This record gives sequence, structure tokens and C-alpha cells, in this order.
Amino acid sequence: MSENKMNIQPTDFTFDKESEKQIALVLAKYPKARKASAVIPLLYIVQDQMKRLTKSAWIPKIAMSVIAKRLEIAPIRVFEIATFYTMFNLEPIGQYHLQVCGTTPCWLRGSDDIVAACKKATGIKEYGETSKDGLFTLSEVECLGACANAPILQVDRDYYEDMDGQKTIELIEALKRGEKLTPGSAINRKSSEPVSQKQSLPENLRTK
Amino acid sequence: MVKVIVDGIPVDVPNGSSVLQACEKAGKEIPRFCYHEKLSVAGNCRMCMVEVVGSRKPLVSSCTQPVMNGIEIRTDSEMVRAARRSTIELLLINHPLDCPICDQGGECDLQDQTLGYGRDCSRFRDKKRAVTDKYLGPLVRTVMTRCIQCTRCVRFMNEIAGTAELGGIYRGTNLEITPYLEQAIYSELSGNLIDVCPVGALTAKPTAFRFRSWELKNTDSIDVVDALGTNITLQVRGSEVLRILPRRNDDVNEFWLSDKGRFSLDGLKRRRLDRPWIRQNGKLVESNWDDALQFVVDKLKSSKKERIGAIAGNLCDVESMFALKNLINKLGSDNLDCRQDSAYYDTSYRGHYVFNSTLNGIDEADALLIIGSFPRQESPVLNARIRKRWLSLTEQFPIAFIGEFLDNLTYKVDNLGDDPTLIHDLLQNKLLFNETLNNAKKPMIILGHGALIRNDAKIIFEKTLALAQKIGAISDDWNGFNILHHAASRVGGLDIEFYPKNKSLDTISMLEKGNIDLLWLLDADEIDLTQLSADCFVIYQGHHGDRSAERADIILPGATYTEKSGTYVNTEGRIQRSFRAVFPPGDAKEDWQIISLIAQSMNIELPYTNIYELRGCLAKTYPVFKSMGVDKNKMCSSIKNSEKNIKKQPLRSIISDYFLTNSISRASLTMQECSKARHANLTTKAAE
Repeated sequence: MSENKMNIQPTDFTFDKESEKQIALVLAKYPKARKASAVIPLLYIVQDQMKRLTKSAWIPKIAMSVIAKRLEIAPIRVFEIATFYTMFNLEPIGQYHLQVCGTTPCWLRGSDDIVAACKKATGIKEYGETSKDGLFTLSEVECLGACANAPILQVDRDYYEDMDGQKTIELIEALKRGEKLTPGSAINRKSSEPVSQKQSLPENLRTK
Repeated sequence: MVKVIVDGIPVDVPNGSSVLQACEKAGKEIPRFCYHEKLSVAGNCRMCMVEVVGSRKPLVSSCTQPVMNGIEIRTDSEMVRAARRSTIELLLINHPLDCPICDQGGECDLQDQTLGYGRDCSRFRDKKRAVTDKYLGPLVRTVMTRCIQCTRCVRFMNEIAGTAELGGIYRGTNLEITPYLEQAIYSELSGNLIDVCPVGALTAKPTAFRFRSWELKNTDSIDVVDALGTNITLQVRGSEVLRILPRRNDDVNEFWLSDKGRFSLDGLKRRRLDRPWIRQNGKLVESNWDDALQFVVDKLKSSKKERIGAIAGNLCDVESMFALKNLINKLGSDNLDCRQDSAYYDTSYRGHYVFNSTLNGIDEADALLIIGSFPRQESPVLNARIRKRWLSLTEQFPIAFIGEFLDNLTYKVDNLGDDPTLIHDLLQNKLLFNETLNNAKKPMIILGHGALIRNDAKIIFEKTLALAQKIGAISDDWNGFNILHHAASRVGGLDIEFYPKNKSLDTISMLEKGNIDLLWLLDADEIDLTQLSADCFVIYQGHHGDRSAERADIILPGATYTEKSGTYVNTEGRIQRSFRAVFPPGDAKEDWQIISLIAQSMNIELPYTNIYELRGCLAKTYPVFKSMGVDKNKMCSSIKNSEKNIKKQPLRSIISDYFLTNSISRASLTMQECSKARHANLTTKAAE
């Protein structure tokens, strides 16, 4: 958390009804004495609530205190976890979080083009920036675990697979219009099957 | 027991020991940063690597590796040396080269171990990382760039201090140690962070840049800010105590020292009384010893013997109290009191006014009842010991609390409220906690001064003792009846019978109008002198121009605990001795000498001329002082349960401000600052 952005921190935070419903579900999964385990789900719930209410998915520091109180742990323990995982945003971000995978398989399959397209379509210059219209924040992330469908562009929680520069621009333009494209493979492949012909477990072998 | 061979030396270690412990038992030095004997094992510095011969993965971190029967360990093979070299090199990547301006220089683990195990020069050519410093309050200074992320401080706060305020945020190379809030650490043990930090990331703020560790001369001493008798080392350069460090004593304080004991030291130099003062025409005027002694002698001679009284303060050593008692007795008076707070004690048996379980006993107890005491403020190190027991039983150490609950005690208690009549209910088996107490094999009761300074203290005491007997807290091999003292001099004073007998006057009656013509205050500052009649002559013998010195008619400058060798008896009844580190300032003298001088001037013969003879006489009169240490104390086997009832008046804590409880800490600027910071802390807490 950079010092100059500390002043954007809200002074209070309370869970709304929707969040409370989710929290009840989460806490039911853990024994009472071990409810501290629910800290990661609760952080997600905070982030989702912020997105619902402010269109920016992030976790204010005061919310960490609220979580700590709810789980009866020291606030610093929540803070440690929130800062450890890159999935939690500790500063306000744009309405859509563009997360480009830059790890080797995606990079070999052209993640650089996606980054360039993101920058071009949103006007963002560097990773971590938010576009001027407040709609997009661009981040580089580590392996998203979908290398077979590389390259990947993750928007909030949705994976857009088999992307290229052109499709990225189309996706961003659609988001600007307020439309949401279907997540998944952009070239209509079925799950992670080969693009051309099946190389393993062909039908004729299986039937034998 | 498991047999292990370390560098060819066979050693037997208990099952479940770590390889590091086995190596230490064999006398081998294992370098380490993150491992600390009293903290949990983290295994993140990788410095304690040793080679396990024949293993598929021969290099193991010895602190985390449990021993196996028959394994052979090498602590100095080429492989081990190479591993240590690499570890040091990696740790130094982001460690700044500012040893010349670092307060830890000279006593830095990283510096020492780089010298011992590291490479001779750096191969690192890249940029080093820098970390912003954190604010941890007026006591601990941070230079976070120096941090090597051993997490000792985080574990200390979590485990020992019990106020989890520090944590490691971000990850990998960006890992930073930080407090959650940018405000003073809310703990009475925060000074120990400086000790556990192996590098210069956490150093003492009040004494920053004041000295180098190799300039200091060490003197063993005993802490007097509370009654625990924490073993300390006074570090001196020239005529100044520059640092106070805890001295390891596993029976008392382990490695720890309270913040007040550690950082009151600037109070040792401020507001000091360094020459005699005599009141003339309503104003105190500087004087000299000859005049002062003559003045005191004349006054003593002209006063009626039964109208002479003496009160001893909380910081006195046994020797000076003993000398004063002898003198006052020889003058023909028995108006003596070492209880400034007028607490009630049953002095018929020694076991009735000490902490019988001893501190080590806390580690065996299986249930605890605290009455009228808030140990976190009255004795922070003892509180940490209770927490240790609570943690070791994985939170199955039931603790009930009757008294004013100020704040987090750092362990979970069943807060029964501040009504002392709950003791009646406990005696009648009415409470849920009764079952716990009855089932416990080694139950403990701590009775504090919140209860003992009340008017009905005698009833509370007798009822509590009866309760202890009822629940089986007192048997041949276990004594769970404990008084927790707060004044360092109190048990010693009771041991030498520095209290009025028969019809002599106690503190309250001495301070009442017109009961007394001459009042001798030995370091007594926690008393209210406003009721004293104006013509009562007050001798103040002490070291600080604090509350009582204002009312004094003559001031005899004495020595603080750092300036005299003295005997102190802690709350357990443990007899310990401290040594003189520096001389008293100016004309001030050691307290027993002042008394002895006055006796000489009056031609009263005290049977000693030096401190050794005094101690001999003391041991002869009170045999408990024959040897150092702690013994089992006698208890009355059949205590009568008082007929009267305890008043339904809430119990109150005896401490209003932890940081300002005695004349030394009140004179200390550091302590005043701490008090302010604590106040700010509590205000924000209340706002939440």
C-alpha cells in the first residue's frame, strides 16, 4: 500500500445483507474453534461487496479489522494474508480488472500482444495503472494454470482463453459498452482439447 | 533418551529434541538467527544447517530436525561450512552496510556470524532493497532495511507478550515486518523486542547513538520497579548507567524484563537529591552533611520517643530498612511501617504473605483464580509466565478473575466481575468455577493488593486462605496460595518485621494529625502527607525530589538501587542480592551508612560498621536471610474461617498508570512519554 493512497481509506465498513448470507455459508464449513480458517473466503466476500457497492473490487484496511473481529483473531493476521496473496487488491482499482498472464507458456503464445492490445484499447501505460475513465486496471499475473489454452486474459474472475491482440481489443470495447462476452476459449475449442486433431485417446483406440 | 553422535562425541538427549539441542549438548556452537530458546521454532533463516551423515538429504536445518536414534551429525564439515557461507551471503544481499552507525554494532548476531562463518568479501553488485521504517512507540527504534526477516519479534509478540501487533506483510523479497496500526506497541514487554532482534532493525530509541556495547561494564543487579525481582545487568560507562538488560534466570524472569525496569534509567539522573537540604523559614536550603547530621540528631534527641515514627518506601533494600529499624528501636520507638498502602498481611507464617507456588510452580498449575490483582500491570513478566502456561496447555488452563478488569490480560479468563463477595459463593460451592477448582490437581490462587489494601482485607485474606485449603491448594508437595506483591521492598520489610507491633502506630495513624512529632521517610513517596500536622518534623531520606521531598524539613540524599549493594526479597520470598554499579551523585550516600552515621552521632551503638557485618547481624536476627534463593514456606494448618462477611464494594486495581509508579519512573522522561502514548492508545481503542 503506497503511503499517498492511504487517504482514500474509508473510515468504516460493515457487511451488507448479501455478504452476511455468504459469511454464514462459509463459517458453517469450519469447526467453531477453527473459524480463523475462514479468513480468505471472508476477504473475497469483502472484495466482492466493494465491487457491488463501489464498482471497485478492493479491500480497505478497516474491513480487515472487521474481519478480525468477526473471526476473533488479531487484525495483523488478516493484514498478513491480504498482503500475501496478489488476488486481493489493497487499493481501489478499475471496474474491470484485466489480468494478463506473463508466465512462459502464455508469453510464448503471444501474451505480449495481449498486453499491447490492452494498453492500446484502454490508454494504460504501465502495469498497475487504472485507465482515465476508471473502467480498467491492468495487472500482470503469474501462471493462471490454464497453459494449454494460452494465452490467457483474466477479467475479474473470468478466463478468456486463446486470446490474441484483435480479440482483446474487441473484448475491451465490448466491456466499455457494458456488454459481457462469454468467457472461455475465443476459438471455440472444447475445454483443453487440441485445436486441430486429437493426438491422444483417439476415438478408434478407445473403442477397441 | 536417544543416542546421537555429534562430531564423534556421543550424547544422550531426550526423545523429541532437535538436532540443534543435541549439538549444544555436545558443546558445539551452532550459528542461528531465527531460533530462540523460548520462542517457537520457525526454521526460516537456514543458518543452523548441519550435515546428517548418510542421509539422502544430508544438509538439514538443525532447529527443525528432530533427532533419531544413532544418527551421526557433523557440524563442521566442508559441506556445512559452504552452506553457512551461502546463507550469510544471501542474508547480506539486502542488508545495508551501515554497521558503523548501527547501535547493534558490536553485539550483532549477523556481524559476529559473518565474521565467523561468512565470506571475506561481497560479490553482490545489484541494487539493495530499502524498507520504510515503522513507528513502534517511544521505546523501540526501527531501521527496517536492516531486518533479515527472522520473525523473532513477530513470534515474541504473539507468544510471550500476547499482544499480536507485529506481522510479516507481503511476500518473498518484499516481506516486511510491520505493526497493524502506526502507533505505540501496546505491551509492557516491548523492550524485549530489542533483545530478541538479532540485528539492528529494532534498537532502543531512548538511548539511540549514546554508546557502543564494548564500552560498557556489566554489574549484576535486581530490578526494583515491581516485586518480581527480575535479574538484570546494569551496563555502565564512567559514572552513568547507560543500559539495563535482563539477566537470564529461568527460575524468575527467564529472558525477559518489563519496559519500566528497562527504560526508567534516565530517571536515575533527573530530579536527584545530591546534597542535604534543610528547611529554613519555610524554604529548603542547600546544606552539608555536618549541619544536616547535627540538625537530625538535635531533633531526634528532643523528640519524645513514642512520638517518633518511620515509614519505608517501595524501593528500599533490606539492609537500609534493617538499619533504620535498629536505630528507631534503639531510640525507643516501634512506630515502623513498610506498608505505604497500609495493606493487611498475616505475618504469623511466612507462607501467608509470599507467592508460595513460585514462578516455576506456575508451569505446573492446572487452574488459577486471580483475586484483586491485575498481573499484567503489577508484574508483566509474571503475567507472561501465566500466559506461557496457558499456551502450553493449548488453552486448557482455566483461569477465573475477580477484580477490576482493565484490559486484555493476554490470556483467556473467566471474568467473574469485581465483586469480592464472590469469594463467599466460591466457599459455598455455588459457582461453575468451583468444579474446575475442585477437579484441579494443582490449583493456584493469586491474591493481590486490590484486595489487601481494603478495610476488610483481613476477612478477604482469611476467606481466601480457607478457600485455598478447601480446594486442596495447600498440601505437602504443592502450595497454591499466593500473594502477588507490587512493591520490591515489601516482602523483605515483612521478613525483618518492619511493621508496628502491639500498640505502635502504623502508616495510617502516623499520617494522622497530631499523632507524631518526627516522621522518618525512607524513600517513601506513595503516601499522602497532607493530613500531617504542620509542626511534625519530616526527615526525608531518599534519592529523588519527588512527592515527599516537598514536605520534608530535612532531606538526606540517599542512593538508588544502582548505587548500592543490596538484598531484595521478591514476591516469592526469594532472596537475591544486587551489586553497586555506580557511586551516588554528589554528596549522596548509601542509605544504611546515613543511618549508621546518625546513630554514631547520637552515640547509639549499632552492632555493625560495614555492610558485611550488617548482613551477618541480619542473618543472625532473621535466619531466613542466611542463604540466597527461595525455600518452602510454612503455612498455618488450621486457619479459622472469619465469621464476618466481605463488604460488597467493588475491587479496584492498585495501579492507575503502569509507567509512573515510583519516584524513578516518575522522573524518567521516557516513562512520561510512554504514559502519554499509552493514553493515546487507549483513547483510539475506546473510539473503536
